[in-house]
Amino acid sequence: MKMRMDILENQPVETKRDALLEGEQTLETVTHKVSSIVFEWNKHPRAWYVSLLVAFAFLGALTVGVAWLFYKGVGVWGINIPVGWGLAIVNFEWWMAIGQSLLLLSAGLLLMRQQWRKSISRILESTAIFAVMCAGIFPILHLGRPWVFYWLMPLGPNILGLWPQFRSPLVWDVFAMSTFMVVATLYWYMGLIPDIACLRDRTKNPTVQIITGVLALGWRGSARHWRRYQTAYYIVAGLCVAMTISAYSFVSFDFAMSIIPGWHSTFLPVFYVAGAIFEGVAIALTIIIPLRAWYGLQSYITDVHIDWLSKYLLGSNMVIVYGYFAEAFYTWYGGDKYEKLVLRNQMFGHYAPLFWIMMACNLIAPLILWSPRLRRNITIVFIVSIFVNLGMWLERFISLITSLSRSYIPSTWGFYTPSIWEIAVFIGSIGLFLFLMCLFVRFIPLMSLTELKTLLANDEGGKNHSR
Amino acid sequence: MKTESYQNRVYGIVAEFADQEKLIAATEKAKDAGYTRMDAYTPYPVEGLDTLMGFREPFLPWLAFFGGIFGAVAGFGLQYWTSVIDYPVNVGGKPNNSWQAFLPVTVETTILFAALAVILGMLVFNGFPHPWHPIFSVSDFDRMSTDRFFLCVEARDPLFDLEDTTHLLESADALHVSEVYDESETIENEDIVPARSEI
Repeated sequence: MKMRMDILENQPVETKRDALLEGEQTLETVTHKVSSIVFEWNKHPRAWYVSLLVAFAFLGALTVGVAWLFYKGVGVWGINIPVGWGLAIVNFEWWMAIGQSLLLLSAGLLLMRQQWRKSISRILESTAIFAVMCAGIFPILHLGRPWVFYWLMPLGPNILGLWPQFRSPLVWDVFAMSTFMVVATLYWYMGLIPDIACLRDRTKNPTVQIITGVLALGWRGSARHWRRYQTAYYIVAGLCVAMTISAYSFVSFDFAMSIIPGWHSTFLPVFYVAGAIFEGVAIALTIIIPLRAWYGLQSYITDVHIDWLSKYLLGSNMVIVYGYFAEAFYTWYGGDKYEKLVLRNQMFGHYAPLFWIMMACNLIAPLILWSPRLRRNITIVFIVSIFVNLGMWLERFISLITSLSRSYIPSTWGFYTPSIWEIAVFIGSIGLFLFLMCLFVRFIPLMSLTELKTLLANDEGGKNHSR
Repeated sequence: MKTESYQNRVYGIVAEFADQEKLIAATEKAKDAGYTRMDAYTPYPVEGLDTLMGFREPFLPWLAFFGGIFGAVAGFGLQYWTSVIDYPVNVGGKPNNSWQAFLPVTVETTILFAALAVILGMLVFNGFPHPWHPIFSVSDFDRMSTDRFFLCVEARDPLFDLEDTTHLLESADALHVSEVYDESETIENEDIVPARSEI
């Protein structure tokens, strides 16, 4: 109790090395730090401008790739029969996994009352929404006739007078993705309302006052409002957990519901969700480490946060390791020769080098983090996270392409190499993501002020490091 | 004289505090004095304040429940109606009512409508959007969202009395105590135009 008084009376508090907030933090300093990133637009680090330039360059690739695709049709891609799903679906899965797992992390840690979530929740949620936006472009581009994508929605008597085929996992995906976008965006905006109100109260610029005044909806921090707000926030967080797990399971149903060897398995949804969490934690590290360095957020996103994320990476790594061995074991124990063929092809076939690179990235690289000394070296954690991102992308590639290229009858066997236009669209989606991240950092409070302030007001305040 | 003429338009008495302990202490004090119509304005949700002020349990969990039920019925109903009643199509000999295959969409619509109900319910019950409120006229209220804590005893409280209430709040270690006027009515006197409206 004494500690709390000290903090709130704007008295500096000594902090330990393992604190969630470092330095002499008061409500005012926290608010100033977060709002000044938005207000002092001319003080953005050079890295922000470089990122924006890179984003524009990549967006150029996206524009050209998509324009050529729309002009010529999907034939410009490397896809063929039997490999009808190429990089587009690989990327769709990869981006979807990032989106679903980051929202799952943010909402799940909220429900588990993990204090270290507080300063990174906004970054996790924003990244989740942007990743799903990037994912969303691929299924549409992949359609032979992208302009009729709305046929997948139950719009009543549409052009053909038909309804969607509700027994198809592709229709489930449409529902999963649109539900995700609506709920995740509202959840994110809900978290933003008090923070926007704070910007509204602090800005001197009339235009910004009008914009934030409208977006804050007249938030006045009333205790009555906070009560309903918190109740709603926790309920929606619970729904988000259910939504993200179910949505990514439905993505895996695209594969598991088919009869393609290597895909047709009840094991797949669990494996996919576990892989998604692994990938999500890695991408969180990839994003948070540079952001905190560029914007000097080390006092808010401390080494403790990085350490926790690294431990989550290790935990989900163990699940993934188990998954790989379980998959191989089921294949062997099941005795189905087509399944065995797929496994053998993954390990020793055309795409075997990719398989072994994936194993090195997903199984071996994260093991470095078991050493506490190396885990505290931020550069090493960052490099490991890059390896995991690459590894998880390769995993989606391998599970998709090997299964399709070696199906039941040798006469239907094929081979797939992505064309330059597919790669352009993939790079373009990274550009889109980067662009959205730049906008986010520029216009939206990077960290949730409400959450940071409750952290300060906690009994243990800045010394709180685990719960 | 001034007090007299604005008595009927007073919204409440507001006290400003430097930290949440003082706010809680003042709330307890006001509660002990018998006040029931109060509200606090804080930069973050202060734990325990809602029970202290005796707010009712929010209705929102039920709203989520009913929203979810509606979503489930609507989602499954849509699939049943389109696949069994409106336009049955035989796909690979599967039954028209393939209810197992209809479950994923049902799950998603359940979540969608539960979330929509609870978020929109929160906004509606809180009266948002609500761009203007008498409390915004309090000087220094722009620090509410940063580091200041406000307690407002509202004029609709049966015990409300300009002098007594002011005195009570002043004795509660407040930085500043002021009257708030409900400006939804026309103001003739210009000298009570609030700070915020000058922006």
